[in-house]
Amino acid sequence: MLYALLCYHDEDVVNSWSKEEDDAVLAKRGRVIQEKIDAGEMGPAIRLVPTSAATTIRASGDEQIVLDGPFAETKEQLLGFYIIDCENLEEAIAFAKRLKEGEATTFEIRPLRIFKKGVLPEKIEATP
Amino acid sequence: MSEIAWIETTLTSARPQVMGALLRYFRDLDRAEEAFQEACLRAMKSWPVKGPPRDPAAWLIFVGRNAALDSVRRDSRNTALPEEAALSDLEDVEADMAERLDDAHYRDDILRLMFICCHPDLPATQQVALALRIVSGLSVREIASAFLVNEKAMEQRITRAKRRVTGANVPFAAPGAVERAERLAAVAAMIYLIFNEGYSASGGETPVRAPLCEEAIRLARLLLRLFPAEPEIMGLLALMLLQHARTAARLDAEGNIVLLEDQDRTLWNRSKITEGLALVDKAMRHREPGPYQVQAAIAALHARAAKPEETDWHEISLLYRTLERMQPSPVITLNRAVAVFKSEGADAALELIEPLADRLSGYFYFHGVRGALLKELGREAEARISFDKAISLARTPAEASHIREHIDRLAAG
Repeated sequence: MLYALLCYHDEDVVNSWSKEEDDAVLAKRGRVIQEKIDAGEMGPAIRLVPTSAATTIRASGDEQIVLDGPFAETKEQLLGFYIIDCENLEEAIAFAKRLKEGEATTFEIRPLRIFKKGVLPEKIEATP
Repeated sequence: MSEIAWIETTLTSARPQVMGALLRYFRDLDRAEEAFQEACLRAMKSWPVKGPPRDPAAWLIFVGRNAALDSVRRDSRNTALPEEAALSDLEDVEADMAERLDDAHYRDDILRLMFICCHPDLPATQQVALALRIVSGLSVREIASAFLVNEKAMEQRITRAKRRVTGANVPFAAPGAVERAERLAAVAAMIYLIFNEGYSASGGETPVRAPLCEEAIRLARLLLRLFPAEPEIMGLLALMLLQHARTAARLDAEGNIVLLEDQDRTLWNRSKITEGLALVDKAMRHREPGPYQVQAAIAALHARAAKPEETDWHEISLLYRTLERMQPSPVITLNRAVAVFKSEGADAALELIEPLADRLSGYFYFHGVRGALLKELGREAEARISFDKAISLARTPAEASHIREHIDRLAAG
């Protein structure tokens, strides 16, 4: 089964991380992810650009309005997600727990199905 | 991340909102700072035991306010402090409290806190020092080392600045639309000052000063979260991200400046560039151009060019023309001349800068550019005079050695 692991955290806090803290989190997660890559079960890892770069399109009556900012003003924001292949929910939970170790980040596991595979080239330039 | 590190990061990120609210309650910077300090101390004690509160900022405001009120009462009536245990009720009232705090107040609280630091009477360096102390919460020692002055001198500078803003009587009522826009503009300028304080450093100073750039970016992100539809704030943040993205490529191993066209572009920070470009895009949609947006658009054109020869210099010269109209300044004209040189040639560029000679005669960069243009036109003797002038005006060893290289090339050619 394919799962999305959605990462939520207070963006102000994440933006206050020092480079060392940020690097440490990425390095730790990188080690856990590497196992999935080796097993051929790792999809893309997406880090969303901060919500200040977000734009939201909403319906307002019969009109569409374009608003600056994210969909919802919440205490914690969706900051990124991983796509992984796991045997079952238990395995996905175990993986998310290891990914989360030592972090205040909240992970939400969402089973998913691929609707369209898409046609973007296999190696889109990664910007870690 | 260790628990203590997590708590410290949380305190840092909550600081502007908490300080802003405490300042609104007490209308006194020193008292607000003391209250914040006290709240932080209690957080360090309480959070590791009871776990982090759901809304750390609300917790800190509540605890800080009560602690300060206690100290006021104690000072006046000498009554005993309440037990630490009284704080255990906090969790129950927290949700209600968070709701009350979530209203419109906090935007203006943070804006006011920042605005107080950019009082027009304060010279630029004092604005920056005060903002770093009050809004960012850097220690006097950290600020002193960023400014390369001793701690005592910085302490005095900050104390003087505080005294001056205390006498300024910034109104505490919620500002009207016009006043809010004015505050935003002043705060944006102050944030850009912080950034430039870090960015203009060169050579061996860089490691201590780069964090100032990071801090300016953090503050601009915060400001944009509070005012998400302000294109100039988008422009400011984009501008800083796009400039800061080049940091790793700006200096060589010896600490010499590497010109934009000579920089190793693979060292540019792609994630900062991605964010910067996204923000320029967003800002443009508003069709309310301003100086930060135009400068960000220029930086974006550089960022988009994978190789220097792919740079759209014509578009850049047009953008500088726009900027010139918004903020007439000989320095901007000089920058436009560089773009004109790249797109039209040295003749046209030299024509553009000759009228600036009087006003820019004391400016290192003017003589550097003039020398390069003259060299390009084969007027080597004149070029050498310009380069010599540039060296005599250089503020840093890196600037001087950069020009010296030009002269060496003249000699070699």
